Amino acid sequence: MTWVVFLQNVANGLSLGSLYALVAIGYTMVYGILRLINFAHGDIFMLGAYALFYLVLVFTLPWWVSFAAAIVITAIMGVLVERAAYRPLRNAPRISALISAIGVSFFLENVGLVVFGGRPKPFAVPQFFTQDHSIGAVRVMNLTWVIPLLSMVLLLGLTYLVYRTKAGLAMRAISYDMETSRLMAIDVNKTISLTFAVGSALAAAGGIMWALKYPQINPLMGIIPGLKAFIAAVLGGIGSIPGAMLGGFLLGIMEIMLVAFLPALSGFRDAFAFLVLIVILLVKPSGLMGQEVKEKV
Amino acid sequence: MVGDVEHAFSYRDPSVVARRARLKLACNLVSLALAAALIHWLQRNLGDYPLRILNLAAINVILAVSLNLIYGFTGMFSLGHAGFMAMGAYVAALLTLPQATKDVIFLMAPLAWPFNVLSAPPLVAVIAGGLVAGVAAFLIGLPVLRLRGDYLGIATLGFAEIIRVVANNIPSVTNGALGLKGIPGFANNLWWTWGWAAFTVWFISRLVSSAHGKAFLAIREDEVAAEIMGVRVTYHKTVSFVTGAVFAGIGGALLGSLTSTIDPKTFGFMLTFNILIIVVAGGLGSITGSIVTALLYTVLLEALRPIEAGWRLGPLVVPEIPGLRMVVFSLVLLVIILFYQRGLFGGREFSWDWLVNRLERRARATTRGETPSALRARQPEPYRPSTRADTRDKSMSHGMGQAASGQGGTNDDRDALTDEAGRDASGQQSKLT
Amino acid sequence: MAATDVLRLDHVTMRFGGLVAVSDCNLALTRGELVGLIGPNGAGKTTVFNVITGVYRPTQGHVFFEGRDITGMRPDLVCALGIARTFQNIRLMKSLSVVDNVLIGHRCHLRSSLAAAVLRLPGYVREENLLYEESLRLLDDLGLLRYKDAPAGSLPYGEQRRVEIARALATRPRLLLLDEPAAGMNPNESQALVRFIRDVLARFDLTILLIEHDMSVIMEVCDRIMVLDHGETIAEGTSAEIQANPRVIEAYLGVGYKHAGNY
Repeated sequence: MTWVVFLQNVANGLSLGSLYALVAIGYTMVYGILRLINFAHGDIFMLGAYALFYLVLVFTLPWWVSFAAAIVITAIMGVLVERAAYRPLRNAPRISALISAIGVSFFLENVGLVVFGGRPKPFAVPQFFTQDHSIGAVRVMNLTWVIPLLSMVLLLGLTYLVYRTKAGLAMRAISYDMETSRLMAIDVNKTISLTFAVGSALAAAGGIMWALKYPQINPLMGIIPGLKAFIAAVLGGIGSIPGAMLGGFLLGIMEIMLVAFLPALSGFRDAFAFLVLIVILLVKPSGLMGQEVKEKV
Repeated sequence: MVGDVEHAFSYRDPSVVARRARLKLACNLVSLALAAALIHWLQRNLGDYPLRILNLAAINVILAVSLNLIYGFTGMFSLGHAGFMAMGAYVAALLTLPQATKDVIFLMAPLAWPFNVLSAPPLVAVIAGGLVAGVAAFLIGLPVLRLRGDYLGIATLGFAEIIRVVANNIPSVTNGALGLKGIPGFANNLWWTWGWAAFTVWFISRLVSSAHGKAFLAIREDEVAAEIMGVRVTYHKTVSFVTGAVFAGIGGALLGSLTSTIDPKTFGFMLTFNILIIVVAGGLGSITGSIVTALLYTVLLEALRPIEAGWRLGPLVVPEIPGLRMVVFSLVLLVIILFYQRGLFGGREFSWDWLVNRLERRARATTRGETPSALRARQPEPYRPSTRADTRDKSMSHGMGQAASGQGGTNDDRDALTDEAGRDASGQQSKLT
Repeated sequence: MAATDVLRLDHVTMRFGGLVAVSDCNLALTRGELVGLIGPNGAGKTTVFNVITGVYRPTQGHVFFEGRDITGMRPDLVCALGIARTFQNIRLMKSLSVVDNVLIGHRCHLRSSLAAAVLRLPGYVREENLLYEESLRLLDDLGLLRYKDAPAGSLPYGEQRRVEIARALATRPRLLLLDEPAAGMNPNESQALVRFIRDVLARFDLTILLIEHDMSVIMEVCDRIMVLDHGETIAEGTSAEIQANPRVIEAYLGVGYKHAGNY
């Protein structure tokens, strides 16, 4: 394998990894606060892509405006899901919330199948993204560097939100202790809604960029990327935002490297992600950046 | 200690215990005979479509009861059921496919040895499918059963997905994404499916009501304390997990035969989720609940088909929408989970106690010349908490649901307290206060 | 250290990362003794129990039970050897019935195999009946028979503690570790507990190690007392010696109190 090809693979891996990171953050934030695995997150990812698709189709706005609008719409949908399916179960046994999450996922996928139709739709990719660009000897599509760049911007924005604003402080407080946070005059409901909004917005961005990369969308497109992003979150340490970012990039790069070095096994790329999951669960269940919680006997 | 002192008095009258057991056995045999007659009649008189629904219901019973063993009784949140089903299905299919079919359908790669020569009768094939799934569960369990709660769930989910992806990628064994077609339909027979369902229910309920079953419940309630109290946690968890997997494999094998085609897509997470819904909705820790809910689920899912055809509601015209019933169904399930968290049966189990108690009281009353109600009035009052005490422990660190009181065997049976002794310790001097 | 030692802890140290929960604990119990383990909260007393029962493997040191090294042994094996315990926060199986809870203690002595259980072979049925009778008898001895079918979580608090002790006794232990059995009890109940513990000690031929905060219980019932503070053993002796020990007073009541001359 030549250096050029290797670098191209690294670029690809970064691209994929940043998408995983974007989606993984939503999982990790929700788990940190609610101890809930939001199975529906992958379908939010899918809804983001469809939102942009229809916005572009129906309104002839500039692409970036549609992009922003799609993200906002998806964020709203994420908040609606939380209100309808998770908030009523906040004091219920955790299995109920989990089943509710799976049910919502099921529901969104089927509604998607019914409303959007099961056939994959071609996604309109603006010219800019498909143009090639040379960095030295390496030729990459514009898209390949736009994705990590845009993701970085979004991740930086998120980091600012979580670590430098009061709202972010509230989120972190709730993830440690919800009851005490309430006593400290934190509006738990609003903060949780904000968490879902932010997570869904990031997932929408991820979904759109995914659709730009693989320009065919279908209502079930969120399942596998969602699962892999979840694995990335676990890899990095579920509940830890830096962990989600790290996990996302790691998983993306590992996956691309697997396909690059062992092309015969490329059909197993999905299974590889699950293998990573199992290995990390056995070796360090709290994840690379997570903290062990010992049970008091 | 045990056995070295002949108790002058025993807490239970052995003859009463034996008599109750005989009565219950009689009840069971009678109902089995009735069921057999019913199956015979149904198999004769129903059309293909209703028969298929009933067969599918039996398979769902097997799958639900086996998952209930793992999750409802032992508290292990396993999301890998579909993976074990897949293994059972593929093994049984490969063993029962006629040679001619094998030659034809393997388009991507020729079928590898030894599958291209191995063949077995259906019964052996189904058992083999179950056993292979069991072995897989044992191997998977070795590393994975140490995990708890959510982590166990995603680890088992991961394994199930790995199995699915592997099935997709080894065309010389599984025919890859094309799957296997033309599987012989030996499961298209109520005797077969319900026979296996009956065996599953018998085996698992026996297991659960035995002393080993109490260990499962203890692990579910408080794993750490159970281990300190001498329960071999790893051993019992493995037994539960492997047994559940074996029956999942059997269910998968039967499913393959019933639907005559299988491919990796059949055994995705959705399948596990549907079984999980049945188990939770029926009540964790209730075998009766799983049976009833599996039946209801299968029937209702079919009953909802007309929704898809397109209908009018006054001025509202709903066009034909394929897939609509899944949407409606998932909404219904969500509602059930939201409002009915303990499930239909909530850990209660069907037993013949109500009948046997009544018969006994009648028998005893007549021998003493009393009416049953007078006899009941003389019985010692067992302890009943004055308020409906909240037995839920909110501090459960492993995120499981509040499983209900899993009273496996019935205590009435083990009681059989004689009325002469009226052994109520409240009236008796306590030896240690 | 005599050969009749039932339990012996040799330089046991337990560290959790940077925190030293137990530091160089040396303890020896002879048969039939009732030893108290006291100290302020967080002194490491429950950690000592956890080390003995195999929940934790000590960072340093060894635990010997009847001459046998059981350091870091799996908890269920420790129980099979004859050590049982109760818990600071009651850890009953709350949705199981009382008799089922006690049965769980008994079933570690079940000899029949799984296959025999499923098939209900006569040997298994006989064994199960015997164990059930044993459980009922134990409950009867402890005055808990009327609760036998009630869910364990529905009992009054004091009775739940007794059920926990019954469950521990069901494992037929030779060493019983009681973790704050009198917690949450009023003086009457504590007195009843004292009588109860003395009875249990005599009837079941046990050795008991008792963690308690209630001084009236400890002083009345213990042959010897060991005092821990911040993981270290600061005193050991009879109840009279402990009551007069200045370090113990300081640990429990604070330095300022002592200097005020109020003791």
